[in-house]
Order: sequence, then C-alpha cells, then structure tokens
Amino acid sequence: MTTELFIQYLVAGVTYGSIYAIVAIGFNIIYNTTGIINFAQGEFVMLGGMLSITFLHYLPLPLAITLAVLVTMGIGAAIEMLFIRWLKDPGVLRMIIITIGLSILIREAALHVWGSNVRALPYFFGNEISTFAIFGARVSPQVLWVIGTCGLMVVALNIFFQATSIGREMRACAANRVAALLCGIDTRNMVTLSFVLSAGIGALAGAVMSPITYTQYDNGTGLAIKGFTVAILGGLGNSLGAVAAGLLLGIIEAFSVSVVPLAFQDAIAISILLIILFVRPYGLFGSSAMAGLKEF
Amino acid sequence: MGKNLVFLPIVAVVIAIQLLTAWTGTIYYLTQLTMSAYYSLLIVGLCVVMGYAGQISIGHAGFFAIGGYLSAALTTRNLIPHADFLLVRLLNSLGCLQAGQDVYGDPLLVFTPWVACIIAILTTLIVAFILGVPVLKLKGHYLAMATLGFGIIIYRIVLASAYFGEADGISGVPGFMLVPGLLVSGDKAWRVPNYYIAWSVLLLAILLLRQLIDSRVGRALRAIHGSPEAAEAMGVDIATYKLKTFMLSAVFSALAGVLLTHYNGGIGPSEASVMKSVRYVAIVAVGGMANLWGALAMGMLLNFLSLRGLFGSYDDAVFGLILITIMLFAPNGILGLQLGRIWQGLPYFLRKKPVTKGVND
Repeated sequence: MTTELFIQYLVAGVTYGSIYAIVAIGFNIIYNTTGIINFAQGEFVMLGGMLSITFLHYLPLPLAITLAVLVTMGIGAAIEMLFIRWLKDPGVLRMIIITIGLSILIREAALHVWGSNVRALPYFFGNEISTFAIFGARVSPQVLWVIGTCGLMVVALNIFFQATSIGREMRACAANRVAALLCGIDTRNMVTLSFVLSAGIGALAGAVMSPITYTQYDNGTGLAIKGFTVAILGGLGNSLGAVAAGLLLGIIEAFSVSVVPLAFQDAIAISILLIILFVRPYGLFGSSAMAGLKEF
Repeated sequence: MGKNLVFLPIVAVVIAIQLLTAWTGTIYYLTQLTMSAYYSLLIVGLCVVMGYAGQISIGHAGFFAIGGYLSAALTTRNLIPHADFLLVRLLNSLGCLQAGQDVYGDPLLVFTPWVACIIAILTTLIVAFILGVPVLKLKGHYLAMATLGFGIIIYRIVLASAYFGEADGISGVPGFMLVPGLLVSGDKAWRVPNYYIAWSVLLLAILLLRQLIDSRVGRALRAIHGSPEAAEAMGVDIATYKLKTFMLSAVFSALAGVLLTHYNGGIGPSEASVMKSVRYVAIVAVGGMANLWGALAMGMLLNFLSLRGLFGSYDDAVFGLILITIMLFAPNGILGLQLGRIWQGLPYFLRKKPVTKGVND
C-alpha cells in the first residue's frame, strides 16, 4: 500500500468515524440522564439533513442549517415532553420500545413528506470534484467541514459539561438521579434538555455530512446502528470513549475495503467489534463497576 | 393435564376461523394466517428468552434467515456439476438427494427438504451455541448490541453472497413433504392443510414451552430473571440455563424460517434485516414480555394486519403507532391491561388533580 493510498483510507476512516462518534455522543447524552438508548437518534441526523435541504430553497446555507438544527431540537423536546416526561416510573425496556416506535414514525413521516429520493446539500466550498492534497492524497474540502464540525462539537460539549452550571447539573443527574433531585435539580427538565441537546448535535452532523454521504428518509437506521455500536464499544455514557471508538470503527471500515469486497464491509467491522466486546464486556473504556450502577 | 385445557378454546377458534373462511368464501385469508402462525412460532420462542430468561435478543431474524436460506439453497442449488465428488455421491447413495427438473427442463440434483431442514436446524444449533457462550455473558444494552451485530452479519452475508442469491434472494423453493399426504407448499390446493400444519406446529411449540416454564428449568429461569446473584447462590447454573433457552428459541426461529420458506416458495434478504428482529422484540414486549398468550395474540394480529397490507404504504407507521400506544398506556401488554390503569396512564396535564411531587416522580 502506497503512502497516498494509506492517507486516503485514513482520511475516509476519520471522516466516517467522526460522524459515528457524534451519533454515539448523542446516544450517551440521553443515556446519562435517563439510562436508555434513544433509538430515534439516527432520525435526528436524517432530519437535520432533510430540513436543511428544504430550508435552502428559501434561505442562505448557514441560516438554513441553523433553522434545521433549531427545528430538530424542537422535535427532540416535543418527543420528550409528549412521550417520556409524564411516564410514571417507566421501565427501561418500555422507554426503549417507545423510542423504537418513534424512530419508525419519524422515518415514515419523512418518507411521506420528502419521498424516497436521495437528496444532498451542495458542497459548502467548491463542488464534488474540488480537492486539495494531503501528503499526496486528494481530499474534498467538505471532509474538513465534517471533521472540524464534529471536533468542535466534542470540545464544546466537554466545556459545557465541565464548566457551566447546567452542564454540571446534567452530570449530577447522570451520576445519581435521586441525589440530584434532593439537591434541588429538576431532573425532568434535565432529561428534556438532554433530548434537545442530542437532537441538536445530531441535526448539525446530519447537515454537515449531507454533501458527501447524501440524505435519504431511511439513513437514520444505519447511522443509529453504527452509533450504538460505537457508544457500546466506547463504554456507554463515556463521550471520549465514543470518540476513540468512532474513529476506530471508521478506520477499520475504511481499510477493510482494501481487503474484502465492499458488501462485506459491515460484516467485517462488526465481527471485529463483537470480538472486542467479548474480551472487554463493558466496552474498551467502560468498567464493570460503572455499568453495575446502571439499571440496564 | 388440567392446565392444558386452555388449548381447547384456542383449537376451537383455529377450526372456527377455517370454517368461517370456507363459508364466507374468504379462504385467501388462510394464506396470511398461515404465514403469521410461522412468524408467531419465532415470537413465542423469543418470548421465553426475553420474558422468562430476561435476555434481550435483537438478532432472531438472523436465526430465521439461517433456517430459511439454508433450506432454500440446499433444495434449489443444483449439485449435478459436482456429481463426481465423493461427498455428493455418498449423499446420493444415502438417499439425501433427489433428482428433479428446473424451469428449463434441465436435470436437477438437490437435497431433499427433510435433509435440508435437518442441516439447517443443526447449523442453527451450532451457531446459537458458538454465539451464545460469549454473548450471554453480556448484560443489558451490551447484550442487545452483540445480538444486533450478529443479525447484521447474517444480513450482510446473505446480501453479499451469490450462493444465497444476493439482493434477489432465492425463489423456486419446492414444497416440503413432511409425511406422505402432508405437503408444506403455497399451492392453492394445499391451503387448508397448510393452515392446520402451521397451527399444529405453533401450538405444539407453545405446549412444549409451557411445560418448560412450569418445570425445574422454568423456575430456574424465573429465579435468574428475578435476581441472578440469588439464583446462583442457590446453586442454579445460570449460564447453562440461559444458553439452553437461547438455543431452543434459535431452533424455533430456524424451524419457522424453514417452513415459511417452503410455504412461500422463496426467501429474500429482508427476512434477515435488523428491522425484522426489532419487530419481533417489539411484538414480544407489546404482548406483555413474560406472557406466551400475549406474544401469540400480538404476533398473530400485527403480522396478519401487515401481511394483509391493510394499511398500504402506512404499514410501518401504523406498526410504530401501535407500539407507542401500547407501551404508553398498557406497558404490561394488551392482556395485562386493566381499565383502571388507563386513567393513571393519562398525561398528567390532562388530569384534574395535580400530581404530588416527590422523590418517586
């Protein structure tokens, strides 16, 4: 393998990996406040892309994306308030199945609104064929947008959770709900906020990646599965673990193309992940002590 | 025997439905009822794994696909080009193969359905064992992920290999002569017998599962579900019980795949898709988890409505809506529904009395 080819695969791997990481972090934020995996997370990404494409007919690109992110955040809040908030002592499996039902509903609604056509936002700079060189490999500028946006989101989220009081309240809620409640934190608002936050980052990722990965009504499912894999592999609730696991999955996938046919790409990537999971049952960066504190 | 009296009304309903369709001239309903019965076979097996052993599996469509695809491939893929191989000659002399003709009239040498079925079931057992040993050590979301991963791998394999027909799947699968005079086939002439074959298999499976649940195994499973640590302290071999239940339900899924594939005359990759597995899990949940009758009722109802195409292009949307509604208002499944509960389940802002705030909220 030449250096150029190696870099080419690596860049592709990092691009997809950072998208997976963002979806996984979306899972983690909600998991931390509620203990559930929100299976509609992939649909937030799809909605971000689809809404941006629609708004682009009326608004310039930055405004269209901003509006799409805001609308998706509203949808996230609405979902939480309508379907999760008023449940009395809901079991984890019950909430998971509700989110599965929601993901089906959103997907079907998208099918009837936007049809089954593949759509895409235009490239932010240049077009499909404009590239620049890194060590001899040709890379689209959109790739930098994806990697940069995902990286910025990770940094911003970290600052939010470490340095702001709302972020700290959310972490308190994740550590111990009852104790957080006793300290005067409205845990229900924190849950709503976590849905808003993960809808927002999902939608932003969906808009930025749209030019290279395209957007279709049903590409939330695939992303949700990859994001779930990454979240598990990184250790549920561990956002930095998710970044590492996301990059790992992306890079494994990218390089597996050079060894096996594209059709087997998913099978290879997931087999490797399963083996890792059998050796490290709580993910690469998770611990059994942490997992033991969670109900499910 | 008294506890199995509950089967009588069910058998009566099954017969009554057949007579009703014959009387009203709507015999075509039996086709979807037969297919639903096979899907329900998978669902009741999964119900024991989820409801009684407490292990979630989002990979059961994978076992269904192993059963369906192996029996389809073995009974349609021509062995004549390989007829000189020792193994093929040996199988032929043992009566494992049968000659036939393909659609162009060319000679065909394929496995007999019985042998194909046995190979499919044995393969499933081996796969379930190899998968089950490491996977069942995982818990909660991690277990869900691992089984989901298994499902995706099976899906990708059938989608990517020419032997399994890639995106087209396998068609032209012959009927399956269970015993002389009983053919599993989608042919119109066999519609009524097949309806009864499917229901016999399904009810036998439920009978077996009920015996299992009321036996030492069932008590051990419930103990595991309640508290694994306590069960282990009492000397229950958790890992073995979980594994056996998992393998049993995998075999049920594979058998459903084998029979339905012969009935439909083919199988496609969508049968192995993740959405199918998710559907099965969801149906078990809306049936009330540890409730075989609930699983049977919801399995029949939801599959039948889908297969009839009653909701047209809104099929998935209606399925999602039913899932959400049942989970919101009847978390113990339809059969666990008590009317008083609906009131408690109403959104708090619709109720007149304010909810007292407390730690338990």
